[in-house]
Amino acid sequence: MHPADDPLLTHPRKPRPAEIIRATLSSALSSLKESLMALLPIVLVIAFFQLVVLRQPIPNLGEILFGALLVLAGLALFVRGLELALFPIGEEMAYNFVKRGNLYWLLLFAFLLGFGTTAAEPALIAIADEAAKIAASEGMLASSEAAMASYALGLRLAVALAVGLAIVIGVFRILKGWSVQYLIMGGYIGVVVMTYLAPPHIVGIAYDSGGVTTSTVTVPLVTALGVGLASSIKGRDPLLDGFGLIAFASLTPMIFVMAYGMFF
Amino acid sequence: MGFLVNFGLSLLTMLRDVLPIMAILFGFQFLLLRKPIRNPGRVFLGLLFVILGLTLFLEGLEMALFPLGRLMAEQLTAPEFIHGEALATLGEVTWNDYGWVYVFAATIGFSTTIAEPALLAVAMKANQVSAGTITIRGLRVAVAIGAAIGVALGTFRIVTGTPLHWYIIAGYVVVIIQTAMAPRKIIPLAYDSGGVTTSTVTVPLVAALGLGLAETIPGRSPILDGFGLIAFTALFPIMAVMAYAQLSERKARKNAQRTSKS
Repeated sequence: MHPADDPLLTHPRKPRPAEIIRATLSSALSSLKESLMALLPIVLVIAFFQLVVLRQPIPNLGEILFGALLVLAGLALFVRGLELALFPIGEEMAYNFVKRGNLYWLLLFAFLLGFGTTAAEPALIAIADEAAKIAASEGMLASSEAAMASYALGLRLAVALAVGLAIVIGVFRILKGWSVQYLIMGGYIGVVVMTYLAPPHIVGIAYDSGGVTTSTVTVPLVTALGVGLASSIKGRDPLLDGFGLIAFASLTPMIFVMAYGMFF
Repeated sequence: MGFLVNFGLSLLTMLRDVLPIMAILFGFQFLLLRKPIRNPGRVFLGLLFVILGLTLFLEGLEMALFPLGRLMAEQLTAPEFIHGEALATLGEVTWNDYGWVYVFAATIGFSTTIAEPALLAVAMKANQVSAGTITIRGLRVAVAIGAAIGVALGTFRIVTGTPLHWYIIAGYVVVIIQTAMAPRKIIPLAYDSGGVTTSTVTVPLVAALGLGLAETIPGRSPILDGFGLIAFTALFPIMAVMAYAQLSERKARKNAQRTSKS
């Protein structure tokens, strides 16, 4: 008998409403406590420097406390959302892709996930605009609004392409079971070579662009996808093969941005 | 009232950022895999939690911590604070005048990384996959220590004005040596932890610190020297996580030897 047809397995005793409420409350309480532990260090650091080092009172204490409450509630909600939605979606899709066995669709999905989530990333937009200003002030670019806007857009596309490609390579690596370190070392060599080839004004921006590409929504999805793939393929270890996607996504943008700086 | 308007606006921005991701996910799920989602109600609720939670989180940070943190980065790097009122015009820079800046850099790097939601997500997953061998707190603290060292060293670089790529290349060499020595299973996770450190909480404060330093130190250009701090913050956690794994492996081996002797 298939386990799904087994009445003993599919119909456990229905929990009473009081039990559900109690479980929800206690999990909410513990995740609030977790959030508090996450936030406490920043509060201590800022309070210490304000009161002891700079010797100034803390302004708008009421607003700060209210803001801190929002941060706590937000983090607790986010963690619940991870468990309910982002983790299961990523893993389930990985499982379905493996079951269907269509490599090209999986790689297309990997590319779109990397490209789509990066192109609209707010931190990247800020860095690209900054880079356009620098290029203009260095005389590499006409300092007109239009020239700067198109330079910034090109830079964003370069980074988004880089992240899309990174996820594709990372997924392919999981399927093949290659060791992550050889690919990463190849990437490091690429970064070092490009550093000497690229114009100096782009190097700092390129290095920073590696860090800002992976947003808070992308990271859980991509991690769950990697772990899900490694768990559904025979002979892959979720810890050894499932992680590493984000590492590629923070390495390739450096190379692509330096290449962009060389040609534009 | 102003708060509600602000909150509504940032909720819309968040929706705009998340919608393309959802379109890709559900497009593939329905059109290609042709599978209904299991527990659609639960998934919908979870997505709602993620969007609402992140908006509240960012709004709260913008209200409570970011303005004060940015102001602090400016004040700590101001020449009047570094050299005292009388010496402010001297313009002579020695790296050891910046003691409080390094302390601030290290502590702000540590504390913002601990609060980073993306790192929490990766730590939760690593904990689950390793069947509890990697603890959520242990990984987060290791990454945060790495970020602290990275930001502090990055501010030192801006103060001394040494080229960025020397540090990064030296860092790569250390990472490669550690890769050869660290336990094999930790390596992919260690590489990943570099990318997740620099996100919503860390970037605004660390970038403000770098720009503040580059603007106030004579001879540094904000556009050339202000960048690079994020790269430091992303590189050093890789080393810290591998070091943490090496230390815990050595400790486990010593314990095993002790028990086999007795």
